[in-house]
Amino acid sequence: MSWGETIRTGLSAIRSHAMRSVLTIVGILIGIAAVILTVGLGLGTQKDVSESISSLGSNLLIVRPGSVTSSAGIRGGFGSSTSLTMDDAAALGSVTAAPDIAGVAPEASTSVSLENGDTNWTTTVTGTTTSWPQVRSRTLAQGEFFSEADAEAGASVIVLGSETAVELFGTPWAVGRSLTIDTATYEVVGVLAEQGSSDDTNLDDLAVVPMTTYSAQVSTSTTGTSVQTLYIQATAQHTLSAAYQEAETLLLNLHGITDPSAADFSISSQDALVATATAVYRTLTVLLVGIAAIALLVGGIGVMNIMLVSVTERTREIGLRKALGAKPYAIRRQFLVEATTLGLVGGVLGVGLGVTLAVFLPNVLGSSIVVSWPAVFGALAVAIGIGVVFGVYPATRAAKLAPVDALRAE
Amino acid sequence: MAEMEILRLENVRKVYSSGDIEFEALRGVSLSVGEGEYVSVVGPSGSGKSTLMNILGCLDVATEGRYEIAGEDVSQMAEAELADVRGRRIGFVFQQFNLLPSMSAWRNVELPLSYAGVGPAERKRRAVAALESVGLGDKIDNRPGQLSGGQQQRAAIARALVTEPMLLLADEPTGNLDSVSAREILDLFDQVHSSGRTIVLITHDWDVASRTGRSIEVRDGMILERSRLTESAKAAKPAAPDELTELDEPQMAQVGES
Repeated sequence: MSWGETIRTGLSAIRSHAMRSVLTIVGILIGIAAVILTVGLGLGTQKDVSESISSLGSNLLIVRPGSVTSSAGIRGGFGSSTSLTMDDAAALGSVTAAPDIAGVAPEASTSVSLENGDTNWTTTVTGTTTSWPQVRSRTLAQGEFFSEADAEAGASVIVLGSETAVELFGTPWAVGRSLTIDTATYEVVGVLAEQGSSDDTNLDDLAVVPMTTYSAQVSTSTTGTSVQTLYIQATAQHTLSAAYQEAETLLLNLHGITDPSAADFSISSQDALVATATAVYRTLTVLLVGIAAIALLVGGIGVMNIMLVSVTERTREIGLRKALGAKPYAIRRQFLVEATTLGLVGGVLGVGLGVTLAVFLPNVLGSSIVVSWPAVFGALAVAIGIGVVFGVYPATRAAKLAPVDALRAE
Repeated sequence: MAEMEILRLENVRKVYSSGDIEFEALRGVSLSVGEGEYVSVVGPSGSGKSTLMNILGCLDVATEGRYEIAGEDVSQMAEAELADVRGRRIGFVFQQFNLLPSMSAWRNVELPLSYAGVGPAERKRRAVAALESVGLGDKIDNRPGQLSGGQQQRAAIARALVTEPMLLLADEPTGNLDSVSAREILDLFDQVHSSGRTIVLITHDWDVASRTGRSIEVRDGMILERSRLTESAKAAKPAAPDELTELDEPQMAQVGES
């Protein structure tokens, strides 16, 4: 019996057992679609997490003042000294002295009450420079950030977080409105785009003013030029450690300190954040592999059961075919053709369904699904492999039986 | 026997074992069937007649002894060779018809031809011709479920004859049929026999056996042979079943090696 003839026989056997063939195909289809979707959902989550981590601002170094020890010998916490100044910020911003630093944003902030007529809202007001949006990865939803001229002149301009704008004006469209802090009036020049929350900080509830304005009007502190935090942006991820070196050397020089261990400031990077992210990825990867393995196992066992049952059910048919002159190899080939065809049809439909859902489900779920082609082909190979093994193995056994035993099977 | 010998069994034994229990279904059977004979193998259930039929049809192999079909020793053959012998030499008719329910009558009938390597056009032509010869020319596209029991058995006979086998082996062919259909099927066997085909028919029913040329009785795995009707008488006019209720005193004779 030729291969062509065998294929014809196998296909007609599939057609003639329409119900069982459809069930087998559906079993394979669901198994494969499930693998594609679970792996895709996991990869999508990984992508979402990685994106939200990088949105916090990347390549960032954070410089804080060191601790001070009072005359009474009580050591204050980090940041309690006033060792960082605007001069430090300017020096670090120099391209020649620190080529790996892309931008520096000094920050000083305090909590004050903003007023708009009868409405008042207490938030953090930060004094900084014009490089702040770039360094902190913020964009404006409306209006503009204050200009260099505003900064030099110490203009009474203010940029609000979206939530702050809503609290004060009842709308995020606050550009052109004015508010008062104490008795001074400020004009709103811009509203920041929403960023969400990071840890315990609400990134949308804040107000930003030029550092000059801050020192002159907002800050209650007497040390006008002191900076609480310096945010330094490296030119790239890989220049982060070079930028760290440059910042440390420069600041030590500026502060006249020779022993790095006696530094009156500390520099931290996002290493901790990156380490956390890496740990999250690792956990997610383990989770994904586990889910995919379980989905494949469940799908595989489904395929195995259907194939075993359908072949066992047909032992009598095998006996009859043998009585009519079918040689064992003809029986094996027929079932190989049947199992492969069912596996391929179910597999291709499963890939189709899985990929289609991966495209449309994110709109409903709101989380990304990334189609992983290795997972697609792995699932296909396993489903078809299992189908063939568990379709052909019992058929081979039945083909070896004496026809009388096969015919006797019920 | 004057005719050419088609089947020859020499001292065939068949032992079934299941765990420690051994059961000897055939205990040294010797038997010979000549070309063109119409032979019945008769016996109650458990007598070993089904085992004998399975061995005659190469559906099972003997534990011991020699079996020749047309002079060819098949007792030592491997399964693949036996499949070939079944396909070329033997046509089967079963009590349960054993038609594949999902295929039309002619597809069922052409099945043995496809295993014999006959081309599709030739297969269909011969399958249709075989169905016409059993009176089912107008039912070639019907599925088994759309045929009566008698019609299904006719289709099965067409399938058995389509390869032009030297031996037609029928296992209780009327066991699942009403008496009218049963008579029609037996008439069809007479017709097949008169065209020169060798037939071995297995039955528990002496009425059926009485229509054959020679009856071989099987009891407890041994055979007793009796020859009641002559070949010429059989060919001339098949006897009606009621005329055959009176049987000659069986002449018990162990056939074969003495």
